[in-house]
Amino acid sequence: MADKDIKKVRRHLTQREALIFERSSPGKPPFALPPLDVPPVDPADALGAQRVREQIEGFPEVSEFEVVRHFTRLSTWNYGVDTGAYLLGSCTMKYNPKVNEVVARVDGIGNAHPYQPEMLSQGCLKIHQLLSELLLEIVGLDAITLQPAAGAHGEMTGLLLVRAYQESKGNPRRKVLIPDSAHGTNPASAAIAGYQAQNLASNRQGTVDLEQLDRLMNEEVAALMLTNPNTLGIFENEIVRIAEIVHSRGGLLYMDGANMNALMGISRPGDFGVDVMHLNLHKTFSTPHGGGGPGAGPVAVKKILEPFLPVPVMVENKDGSLAYDFNRPRSIGRVRAFYGNFGMLVRALAYILANGAEGLRLTTEDAVLNSAYIRKKLEGTYELPYSSPTLHECVFSDKKQAQRGVHTGDIAKRLIDYGFHPYTVSFPLVVSGAMMIEPTESESKQELDELVDALQAIAREAEQEPETVLGAPHTTHLGRLDEVQAARHPVLRWKPPTRE
Amino acid sequence: MYPAQFRYSEEHEWLQVEDNSATVGITDHAQKELGDVVFVELPKVGDKVEAGQACGTVESVKAVSEIYSPVSGEVKEVNTALAETPEWINQDPHGKAWMMKVALSAPAPLDRLMTAEQYEEYLRKESAE
Repeated sequence: MADKDIKKVRRHLTQREALIFERSSPGKPPFALPPLDVPPVDPADALGAQRVREQIEGFPEVSEFEVVRHFTRLSTWNYGVDTGAYLLGSCTMKYNPKVNEVVARVDGIGNAHPYQPEMLSQGCLKIHQLLSELLLEIVGLDAITLQPAAGAHGEMTGLLLVRAYQESKGNPRRKVLIPDSAHGTNPASAAIAGYQAQNLASNRQGTVDLEQLDRLMNEEVAALMLTNPNTLGIFENEIVRIAEIVHSRGGLLYMDGANMNALMGISRPGDFGVDVMHLNLHKTFSTPHGGGGPGAGPVAVKKILEPFLPVPVMVENKDGSLAYDFNRPRSIGRVRAFYGNFGMLVRALAYILANGAEGLRLTTEDAVLNSAYIRKKLEGTYELPYSSPTLHECVFSDKKQAQRGVHTGDIAKRLIDYGFHPYTVSFPLVVSGAMMIEPTESESKQELDELVDALQAIAREAEQEPETVLGAPHTTHLGRLDEVQAARHPVLRWKPPTRE
Repeated sequence: MYPAQFRYSEEHEWLQVEDNSATVGITDHAQKELGDVVFVELPKVGDKVEAGQACGTVESVKAVSEIYSPVSGEVKEVNTALAETPEWINQDPHGKAWMMKVALSAPAPLDRLMTAEQYEEYLRKESAE
């Protein structure tokens, strides 16, 4: 194994650790409570027997120390954005600044309750209002809801707004046009909103084919759902013309804002014809991603869609105080309990204020620069299927390595041995054997150089000793998992072994 | 490789026409591109399918892909075994992993379908791009 090229990481001990269920010893108390000094009460008498839960079968009985060790050991198997570069394209795995966490834990914010009266919640309402204003300034649109809890939830909300708008014009229409480079959530969201997704094939530049759009855009199409820059990282240069074609036949232009990290502070979707879009605060605005916390997918719209926004909507009273307006007869209704994932809104606001306008613009420039640097350094090593200029992410393919039987998934697994989180594998679908890399602005040149070295070393391995790459990862706690079996026969929870 | 008695679509479905009915599946090339198939969703018996329109989905560890019906008609039989053994699609795409049998409502659009020879040429062109 050519581990001589592995510079960033070295092997270190990790401990085997069983499931916590398997550590259990019946009767072992996790803690010792002082004797009860009040008369005991039978919960069934006090609450009604139907509210008393049965013992959970197989619930682990372990000591506090065992619990601490269990989770500490598991944590050493982990890789996060705080460990090293996290290259997942289209995911914008940027640094989550720690100051965001401090702000979100300030007493009046962290301990606020959604049932507090509005007069006692003016601070939180101000956060809501200020974030709304700043996000609208960034995207160049007129009104916003902060409720949706994730990107795909934002897509669904946006398409329900499209539907409500088209219904108000007399016909909800039947279809939504979606380019073949789109995120997989787009057609799913269209289907959930009751639309039939129609595929738009990309042209040779990797962008929307205007002639085809012109042919397919008709009175049956409610909206075009576009990601800009698209998942190849390419800006739709004809976006103004695209918007004109869609609008000329009564359609709306939806923008998937997952790639806003390429535009923020430079270009505003509202200015280039977008009517409705979602933002991913957990991508562009540095709130934790995935298991690190819930997401947030605000939806911003043009004035024409404002009447349909989810309830409640923020309003300002005559005395300057803030309130929520629930009386919105044309609204599509609520899409989330209370006001969305409020803690994430606080973090996003902290990020925007800490950066300021100049900082956000620089963020975008650095994100694009980092991606361009990787593309330039690796374009001779890996096949670049589209030569159009790219912004915040770039997509290679495994075409050269595939001749030796090494595919994108194998290269990604080998990258783990080199100390990096894999890039996005086999997506976008328009590229066979896709390797999609998004470094974000957070990475230093040093980290990027190490990444480039690693990917070049893996390309050499693919040439000289493909079996090393095909068998990767070699240094992780567990080797290559059987993804096929896991998908065909998922086992989602531990069950106590059946006793003889 | 590609049976001569089949016809092939640009979306990588195959069909075999017998009298007024057609058997449809996805090609060996399609299953290779998808990788290990883990789930398949087929139309129901009695559903109407339309040539060129999506009528089901195939999901692999890499991607979810639509199955486009190469013909128009009514589904009269579906290979329900594929729900339990989607791996057949990888093992025997032109044989026991047939997907549906359609009673044709219109003649198969043979002018838009390829012979085995034409399909192999189409694949060569596609991979050269």
